[in-house]
Amino acid sequence: MTQSNRLEGGQIDRSRSFDFTFDGKRFKGHPGDTLASALMANGVRLMGRSFKYHRPRGVLSAGSEEPNALVELRSGARQEPNTRATTAELFDGLEAKSQNRWPSLRFDAMAINDRFSNFLTAGFYYKTFMWPAAFWEKLYEPMIRKAAGLGSLSLQDDPDAYDKGFLHCDLLIVGGGPSGLAAALTAGRAGARVILADEDFAFGGRLNAETFTLGDASGPDWVAATVEELRSLPNVRCMSRTTVIGGFDHGIHGAVERVSDHLATPAPGKPRQILWRIYARRTLLCAGAIERPIAFANNDRPGIMLGGAMRAYANRWAATPAQKVAVFTNNDDGHRTAIDLIAKGVRVAAVIDVRADAPRLADCELLAGAQVIDTDGRLGLNFIKLRLADGSERTIECGALGVSGGWNPNVHLTCHQRGRPVWNEAIAAFVPGTLPQGQSVAGAATGDFSTYAVLRSGTDQAVVALSDIGLEAKAIDLPQAEDAPVNLTPFWHVAEGKGRAWLDQQNDVTVKDVKLAHQENFRSVEHLKRYTTLGMATDQGKTSNMGGLAIMAELAGKTIPGVGTTIFRPPYTPVAMGTLGGRSRGQHFHPVRETPSHKWAKEQGAVFIETGNWLRAQWFPRPGETTWRESVDREVRAVRGSVGVCDVTTLGKIDVQGTDAAEFLNRIYANAFAKLPVGKTRYGLMLREDGIAMDDGTTARLAEDHFVMTTTTANAVTVYRHMEFARQCLWPDMDVQLISTTEAWAQYAVAGPNSRKLLQRIVDPEFDISNEGFPFMACGEITVCGGLRARLFRISFSGELAFEIAVPTRYGDALIRRIMAAGEEFAVVPYGTEALGVMRIEKGHAAGNELNGTTTALNLGMGRMVSKKKDAIGSTLSEREGLNQEDALALVGFRPKVAEEKVTAGGHLMTTTGPVDAAHDQGYVTSAAYSPILESYIGIGFLKRGAERMGETLRLVSPLTGTDTEVEVVSAHFVDPEGDRLRA
Amino acid sequence: MHDMIALTALGAASAQVDTFDGLRIAECPYWALASLATRSGHGAEIADAAQTFLGAPLPGVGLCADAVPFHAFWTGPDRWMIEAPHDSHEDLAARLKAAVGDAGSVTEQTDGWVRFDATGARCHDVLERLCNADTRRMNPGTVTQSRIEHLGCFLICRASEHFSLYGPRSSAHSLHHALVTAATSAL
Repeated sequence: MTQSNRLEGGQIDRSRSFDFTFDGKRFKGHPGDTLASALMANGVRLMGRSFKYHRPRGVLSAGSEEPNALVELRSGARQEPNTRATTAELFDGLEAKSQNRWPSLRFDAMAINDRFSNFLTAGFYYKTFMWPAAFWEKLYEPMIRKAAGLGSLSLQDDPDAYDKGFLHCDLLIVGGGPSGLAAALTAGRAGARVILADEDFAFGGRLNAETFTLGDASGPDWVAATVEELRSLPNVRCMSRTTVIGGFDHGIHGAVERVSDHLATPAPGKPRQILWRIYARRTLLCAGAIERPIAFANNDRPGIMLGGAMRAYANRWAATPAQKVAVFTNNDDGHRTAIDLIAKGVRVAAVIDVRADAPRLADCELLAGAQVIDTDGRLGLNFIKLRLADGSERTIECGALGVSGGWNPNVHLTCHQRGRPVWNEAIAAFVPGTLPQGQSVAGAATGDFSTYAVLRSGTDQAVVALSDIGLEAKAIDLPQAEDAPVNLTPFWHVAEGKGRAWLDQQNDVTVKDVKLAHQENFRSVEHLKRYTTLGMATDQGKTSNMGGLAIMAELAGKTIPGVGTTIFRPPYTPVAMGTLGGRSRGQHFHPVRETPSHKWAKEQGAVFIETGNWLRAQWFPRPGETTWRESVDREVRAVRGSVGVCDVTTLGKIDVQGTDAAEFLNRIYANAFAKLPVGKTRYGLMLREDGIAMDDGTTARLAEDHFVMTTTTANAVTVYRHMEFARQCLWPDMDVQLISTTEAWAQYAVAGPNSRKLLQRIVDPEFDISNEGFPFMACGEITVCGGLRARLFRISFSGELAFEIAVPTRYGDALIRRIMAAGEEFAVVPYGTEALGVMRIEKGHAAGNELNGTTTALNLGMGRMVSKKKDAIGSTLSEREGLNQEDALALVGFRPKVAEEKVTAGGHLMTTTGPVDAAHDQGYVTSAAYSPILESYIGIGFLKRGAERMGETLRLVSPLTGTDTEVEVVSAHFVDPEGDRLRA
Repeated sequence: MHDMIALTALGAASAQVDTFDGLRIAECPYWALASLATRSGHGAEIADAAQTFLGAPLPGVGLCADAVPFHAFWTGPDRWMIEAPHDSHEDLAARLKAAVGDAGSVTEQTDGWVRFDATGARCHDVLERLCNADTRRMNPGTVTQSRIEHLGCFLICRASEHFSLYGPRSSAHSLHHALVTAATSAL
C-alpha cells in the first residue's frame, strides 16, 4: 500500500524505508516514524478495539498518554501486549497485531457487547454477578476476563535480558522539551553533573511538533544544536528513550531506559531495557503538558484525536489521518492545528470553536459558538454533526477531527510523595502544589504554555536549583520565541447528543457512567475511579481524569478543585515485569554459594541441593545405584562401618574475640560458657528473647579471649545479626569483637570408627589426636600435610567417632582429595546431606525441623541446659508458665509397628482409640528417614508427656498424604544411646 | 613446607582475567587479608602498634592507607582490613596479632573473600550497572561498602580507573558472572 496520507517535510528519513506489518498486512514507513505515524501515513485509522464494548478505535494522541492504539508487538516469545503504537519506534521488520478482537479488527464478534451497553454500565458486575457466590471464581470472573481485556501474553519465557543500574547527578531534568533543554544547557555550562531524561527517542518535546522558530532557527534545528552542545559536555548525560517512572524519598528516582526496543532483537549480550535508580541532589521536572479532549456524542470514532496530536503527526511525522479534517476547540491553541494542517496542504473543513467570540486565526471556515453534537462512520469518522450558534444543525464531511479542550500540566511526578496539585483558574487546570524536597518544576508542567515562557522558566529554575546546592550557574541567553498568552474558555463536554460521550476511551467510561456513579452516591473522587474504572489501566487516565472530575463537579455542585484528584502513583507509564526483575531470574535469581569441595564433588557426580544460597552435595551416586536411597543407605553404612567425609563448610562460623568474649557467649547461650577450658568445644543452645529455641551449634575456645562459634547453615546470618545487635545495642560496654569466618575455612567432617586412623595420615605427626591426647570435644590449632595451618575439632553430628578439620579455603579442594586418597585403605566414602540427615535422626540430634520457631529447650529435652545460675537471652521468658506445662511436648523417637511401613514427617500423633481430630492431637513427627542400620523407618518428633510414654502405640496420621500408620514411642537416640562410639 | 595446591575462588589454578573494550576484570588471589578490631579502651595503643607494623597510620572512615607491602582499608568503627601479598604474608594474621597484642582482635580473612580488580577507562560504565556507589566521584584511596549481585562487597578505589571489589568467596562465580554480564552489556 502506498503512503497515501504522507505529507511533505517532517523529521523522518525518507532516504530509507522500513517494512512492517500490522495484522499481517505489509506497510512501509521510515526511520523516525512511530508505528502510529506510519500506520496513519498508510491510511490506517482503525488501530484497536476498546476494552469492554469492543468499539472500533483509532489513535487519540501522539505520546505515552495514548488510551486507544494499543497493540501487540513482535511475535513468539517476544510478543508484548498493550504497547502504545504512539510510542513504538518503527524498525525494519516490525510485526504488530491489533488486540482484544475476534476474529479480526474490522469484524469483531465481541462488539456484540456494545449492543448490551445499557446493561453493562458502570458497576454492572458488582450488581449482576452477586449469586450464587461460588460462581464468581469459576464462571463469572473467567467469563468477564475473556470478554473484556487487552492483549495476550505469549506464555513463553522472555528471551531478552534486562539490566539495572545506578546513576548520580547534581540535577536530574525530567523531560527534554524546550524547558528541559534550556535547563540542561544552563546547568551543563555551569559544570554541574546533569542527567537529561526524555521518554521520546528524540529530544525537543513540542518543538518537534510545532512550527515555531527560535531566533533564526526552526524548532528542530534549535533542538539539534542544543543537544549537540549538551552531548559535547562530559558532565551532561543525555538519556533519550528514558522514562522517569517515579520519584521517591531523598531525591531517588526510577527510570526505564528502552535500550533495544527500537531494534528487532537486542544485540548479543545487550539488554532490552535498563531500570535505573537515579540519585539526584536536585530534580527539575520539565514534563510538559498533556492536551485534554472534549466529550461529545460518539467522540470515539477512529479519526477523532487531540488537536495537538494531529498537528504533531503533520509537522513531525508528515502524516495526516485524512485528507479532509476539521477542528473542534475551546481555545486559541486549537486553531494552530488548522493553521499547520492547511500549511501542509490538508483541507480543513472548518474550525468549530465553542466560544462565541472565537478569533479567526486559520485560513478556513470558523464556526464560532458551535459544538459537535454527533459523529458518523462505522470504522472511522465520515461526518460530524454540529449545532451552530444560531441553533441550526449542520453536517460536515471529514475523515478526522482534531479536538482541543486545553492543556493539563503534567504534574504526575510532583505527586508521588503525596503532593497535591492546586487549581489554576487562568488555564483551568491543576498545576504543581507542594513539591517533594529537592524538586522544582519548569515549563509547561507549571502551566507556562508559551515557548518563550517555558525556555525562561527552564533556565531560571536550573539556576535556582543549583544555587540550592551551592553551585553557581548563569541563565542562558534565550532566543526570540513565540510568547502567546493562553486564551481559553473551559468546556468539558457537549450536553446535547443521543450517543454516548466518551471520557475514558481505554476503559469505556462515558459521561453517563459518571452521572450514574453520582446518582448511586459514589461521589468521592476515589470511589468514582473504582466504580467506573475511570483513569485505570495502562494510561492511568492521562487524557480522561480531568473530564471525569469536571463532570462530577458539575453534578455535585462543587468546583473542580473541590472534587479533587485521585492520587498519582508510580510508575508514570507501564513497566514490564522483566524490567523490575532485571538479571535476577532463572538460575541467577539469587547468588549461589559453592563449598570448597564443589569442583571435586561435581567430578564425583554428586547430586546437589540448594540450602539457602549454598549448593551442597546431597548424595554421591555410584554406578549401578538406581535410586537415591541406594546411595544414601550405602553412605550411612560406610560411615558407621568405617569412615566417611562430608563438607560442612556451610555451617556458620563466627569468630568471637575480646576480653569479655566468654561472658558475652554466656549471655548469648542458655547454657554456661564462661568456664569452658581453652582447647575444648561445647554444644550450645541459643534462645530467642521470648524463650523459644533459636539455634544451636558448637563453640570452641581457642584462647582465653578467642572463641569460634558454629551455627546451623540456615541461621548463620540471623545468628550473626542477633549477636551484633546484642554487642552493639544490649551490651555496648563489653569488649567483644565479632567477624564471620564462614567462608574463610574449608571444613570437613570425618566420621566413622576409622576416622582417627585416616586423619593420622593427614595431621602432622607432632599433633597427638589419640583419644587421650585429643578427647571428645577437644579442639586445637594444628598443621596438616606438612605444615599447612589447620583447625581440628573432635565433635560428632553422626554419633560416630568423628572430627571436623578445617584449612584455609583455597586448600579445601586439595584437602578433600588428600583425605580421599589417605582413606582409600579404609574404603572412605564421601557422604552428602541426606546421609548426614539420616545419621543425625538415628542419633536423635535436633536440627531445623525441631528448632522450628515454636519449640523450647524443654520440648527438645534440653530443659536443664538453661542455666539458672546466670542470665542469658531468653532464659527468663523460657520459665513462662505456658512453656512449662506438665503435658508439654517432648522430643521422642518413633518406629513403625510393622517394620516395612513408612514413618513420614509432618504427620500428627493420635491415640489408637481416640478420635482423629485437632482436639485430640498428641504431637507430631518432625523428621523421618529410613535407617539402613536399623533396617526400618524411624522418626523423631514431639509428643505430649513424651518421656513418660515410652512403648506406647500411637497412630501417625496425615490426612494430607493419606498416612495412617501405627508407631511405637521409643527413645530419640536410636543408635549408640550411651555415646560410646563418639567417645572411642 | 606443605605441598597442598591452592585453588582460586573461581576454582582454577590460576587467576581468571577477562578483557573488554576499555576494561580488564581480573581475579586477584594473590593477597592475604586479616581483620583488625580495636579492643575497648585500646585506641591509642592500636594506632601506635598498627603504625609501627604497617608503616602508616590506620585509615579513617571510608579511607584506605598504602604502605608497601601493606594496604589497609576501613571497614567499620574501629575496624580495618589489612591486605598484604599472599606469597610473603600468608601468615599475615599471626604477624599482625603479634604486633598489636591484646590491644586488638585479629582474624584471618584471606579466604573469606574473593577480590576482583576492574581496571580501565570504562570501569565506571560497568560499575554503575552493578552497585549504587558513586564511583565516578570516589577518590583514589577511598573505600565503601555496597551490594553487588545481592552480596555485601567492599569497593576500593585504588586509582580513578582502578577499583578492587571484595565479595564473599563462596559466591565468586555469581559475582564473576555479574561482572562479566554487566561488562558485556555496558561495553
